Amino acid sequence: MINKVVKDVNAALEGITDNMTLLVGGFGLCGIPENSIAGLVKKGVKGLTCISNNAGVDDFGLGLLLQTKQIKKMISSYVGENAEFERQMLSGELEVELIPQGTLATRCLMAGLGIPFFPTPAGVGTEVAIGKEVKTITYNGETKDYLIEKAFEADFSIVKAWKGDTAGNLIFRSTARNFNEPMAMAGKITIAEVEELVEVGQLNPDQIHVPGIYVNRIFKGEQYEKRIEQITVRKRG
Amino acid sequence: MLDKNGIAKRIAKEVKDGMYVNLGIGIPTLVANYIPDGVNVVLQSENGILGMGPFPFEGEQDADLINAGKQTVTLLPGSSIFSSAVSFGMIRAQRVHLTILGAMEVSENGDIANWKIPGKMVKGMGGAMDLVASAKNIIVAMQHVNKAGESKLLPKCELPLTGINCVKKIVTELAVLDVLPQGGFRLLERAPGVSVEQIKNATAGKLVVEGEIPEMIL
Repeated sequence: MINKVVKDVNAALEGITDNMTLLVGGFGLCGIPENSIAGLVKKGVKGLTCISNNAGVDDFGLGLLLQTKQIKKMISSYVGENAEFERQMLSGELEVELIPQGTLATRCLMAGLGIPFFPTPAGVGTEVAIGKEVKTITYNGETKDYLIEKAFEADFSIVKAWKGDTAGNLIFRSTARNFNEPMAMAGKITIAEVEELVEVGQLNPDQIHVPGIYVNRIFKGEQYEKRIEQITVRKRG
Repeated sequence: MLDKNGIAKRIAKEVKDGMYVNLGIGIPTLVANYIPDGVNVVLQSENGILGMGPFPFEGEQDADLINAGKQTVTLLPGSSIFSSAVSFGMIRAQRVHLTILGAMEVSENGDIANWKIPGKMVKGMGGAMDLVASAKNIIVAMQHVNKAGESKLLPKCELPLTGINCVKKIVTELAVLDVLPQGGFRLLERAPGVSVEQIKNATAGKLVVEGEIPEMIL
């Protein structure tokens, strides 16, 4: 087996330089690559374009890279809950492109499937359609307009999985799977940080979510805070 | 007049046995509390759950298990987990039967605006554009008028659109209305104690009133 293991986060982030485009996994704070984000802050690379469903909160997740002004542009579907983000966006320091969530996920998946563009009805007739090609397609007896959207072309993908093996095979846990799965398939170089790194042969091949062919570098994250954005509970009884 | 829970309760009557349903944030989330026993539905959360359950018991919350509103939730027996790509795939492929979501404005031809107030609020569309572009049945849960007292049921939306010609039904604190295929809001039911006159006054778009309008049964 090809060994994808790198010794630490610094080795994993090797080659990421100013002005690159990064896909960053997670939904809200769920399943974000915490160790890699901390590593990017330390590395100090600037002018980044980050493609991620959300932008973290003020003091966690991608919010950390916003605080240090390392992000030039965000491509996301939902960016509430982050005051510093809002401030930078309104002042014009930060460029923001908001796109539909399904379009974002599919632009990742298509990059991993080698399909350069695809039609989707999301955003037809809205400002998302401005400047995009529209095609009228009949499918399953229904004729409607579709926007032609492009697969992402990103320099690096940075994802977080629950378990991975030394060959780069990944398994996610619960809804921390979210964007991590399609993003892991999408980068020119994919970096995966995992909670548990095991030897080959210890994961059931039938249960792998992302085959190791998509993963270039894998490492065990030093620690995970796994912060919860909104704790909602019910009382017993 | 209905409160938020009343709106949710009325919408719950539209949820039929065997449906896969996506509930948006706000009033739509409350609908889950009023689905009658014996009506088996599966709730979809677009971050990758089918079979979403209630909030966890105190101390049992799991950082890896949240809904699309980023709240901690649980899974019911028979649930499944999948990626965001597959989640929106099943939405686009129209496997999800019913979408219930909130709105800032709805127009008489079924356009909806709910993601942006230029210069004021820019949080993003999240999954709303994908949902409204593909769902066959869309019910909007909202207040009939905004905080300034202006109607949210308009001839034409003024805010940036989320989707076009897509809303089928609207439930507000005053009424249940259908969006007619040829355009216009058809009044179906009045909220308890609300007159047709009150609904007319609160509706800026074309309102179609045919015959006696029954009071809704909750």
